[in-house]
Amino acid sequence: MQVTEKDVAYVADLANLELSVEERSRMVRDLNSILGYIDRLNELDTSNVEPMAQVSDRYGVDESRQGSERFSYATREDVVEGLRKSLPQEVALANAPDADGTFFRVPKVIER
Amino acid sequence: MQLSQLTINSVRSSIQERNTTAFALAESHYSQIEKEDGQVGAFLTLCKERALEHADRIDRMAAEGKPLPPLAGVPVAIKDVMSTRGVRTTAGSKSLEHFIPPYDCTAVARMEAAGAVVLGKTNCDEFAMGSSNENSAFKPVRNPRDLTRVPGGSSGGSAAAVAANMAVVALGSDTGGSIRQPASFCGVVGLMPTYGRVSRYGLIAFASSLDHVGPLTRTVKDAAIVLHTIVGRDPMDSTSADVPVPDYVAELEKPVRGLKLGIAKEYFGDGLDDDVRNSVESAIDQLKSLGCEIVPVSLPHTPYAIPTYYLIATAEASSNLARYDGVRYSYRAPGVKSLSEMYRRSRDEGFGAEVKRRIMLGTYALSAGYYDAYYLKAQKVRTLLTRDFQEAFSKVDAIVTPTSPTAAFRLGEKSDDPLAMYLADIYTVTADLAGIPGISIPCGETKDKLPIGLQILGKHFDEATILRVANAFERAA
Repeated sequence: MQVTEKDVAYVADLANLELSVEERSRMVRDLNSILGYIDRLNELDTSNVEPMAQVSDRYGVDESRQGSERFSYATREDVVEGLRKSLPQEVALANAPDADGTFFRVPKVIER
Repeated sequence: MQLSQLTINSVRSSIQERNTTAFALAESHYSQIEKEDGQVGAFLTLCKERALEHADRIDRMAAEGKPLPPLAGVPVAIKDVMSTRGVRTTAGSKSLEHFIPPYDCTAVARMEAAGAVVLGKTNCDEFAMGSSNENSAFKPVRNPRDLTRVPGGSSGGSAAAVAANMAVVALGSDTGGSIRQPASFCGVVGLMPTYGRVSRYGLIAFASSLDHVGPLTRTVKDAAIVLHTIVGRDPMDSTSADVPVPDYVAELEKPVRGLKLGIAKEYFGDGLDDDVRNSVESAIDQLKSLGCEIVPVSLPHTPYAIPTYYLIATAEASSNLARYDGVRYSYRAPGVKSLSEMYRRSRDEGFGAEVKRRIMLGTYALSAGYYDAYYLKAQKVRTLLTRDFQEAFSKVDAIVTPTSPTAAFRLGEKSDDPLAMYLADIYTVTADLAGIPGISIPCGETKDKLPIGLQILGKHFDEATILRVANAFERAA
């Protein structure tokens, strides 16, 4: 499979990136080089192999329990400020590029 | 006072016995940073006020004759992907250049609660993506052992800080080798604990099924002490495991005689530098002479680890990095007219080339029509890689390999070839994928006097055994 300029434009759009003309042509080259190497995975027959999304459901778990019961230690009570106090508004807004003291401010979304 | 000789226990006891103060130790490390770091570039931010305040608290305890906590007065450096309340945390990225977290990473909080003095935040590859530290948005780190060479990555600043005596210990993060490879390049000890062993609360996420926090230190014992300080269940991280924690320091003293150590030919193939091979082979002989039994094992899917890793890590990264939208805490491009332009331009200007490359690769691997061929395929091969280890560990207690196929390479040597850079992680990514712990310890030098690392991999949640083997080797070497 060869990645084209069109693919790069499409994927950049999905990823909310713009990329300059030079970046796009470099990206075509780099992705093809990396994906060319990645293609060696097709040497392996994985038709009967289960996919693995993470390791923590297999190791260090209480084998005597089933399903989500195994992770009951990771749940908390469904209450407001269950694990820690919420951040005060001014703290939560302190790193914002633009805020009005109550809300994050962004360019207008809906034209009226 | 020889900074290079300091260990956690020597620091604590010399403060307790009033031979020095935590304040003086912090000051002498800051002098060392001032002297050395202009060349090395290990630190991005220093937090002197916070450090001296903590040091002062320790000194008052010592003056009152109170018993000091385990890490009392120990000057530590924190990789800049771990949040520190009130102290700028950039992840090596322009997109977080001015980010001041409102809370502490659990691992950092636990270090400070144990008495450690946080000197500052260390340079790293942007969002921990890289193997050379050249992807920092601010400046590269140089290897203290040879300033023309890279310190490894992505925890290059943490490794260099310990190697250049600018901190006694450091915390790093490891997603594909980012603690162990720089430890190997800089000649220090680097430990990646089992997945889930150490809380990631407050760690800036790269690839959530692969990210680990762990120590970089001068001695194996210090690695054990730091691990003991930061391990354990944390309710703030639902992936932190609820597994009993042994006394890692006491476990170090157990004999290694009779332990079975696996050697896998897949880690000694083409591309392994001769000097590295020779050093690692003599390290294996040394372990044999200490009474360990050397057992050949097979990890046949190893050649597929890099492609698997670079699909899974980038897919997860593409999702994790969606949060840098220019709204809440990350860089916003000036003069944007619409929301969509704000997202795009902020991300275009805030992210460096490697981060964009990985977001693109990960987005591609997850996109409609390619998900099965790439992402799902990689998840299946991850199962095979993990099974390899499971089978090997039914025969052996630990596996011994080189940490990296070569010693530190030169700045610029691989920076134009992403694939060549990715292959620098060939012996380390497997442990991240399988979730097993691994440690890198110094085991010699190349002809050019560059450090070589020996990697020891263990069973899930069995850091104790790899620390024990590493400690026995360090003592005998």
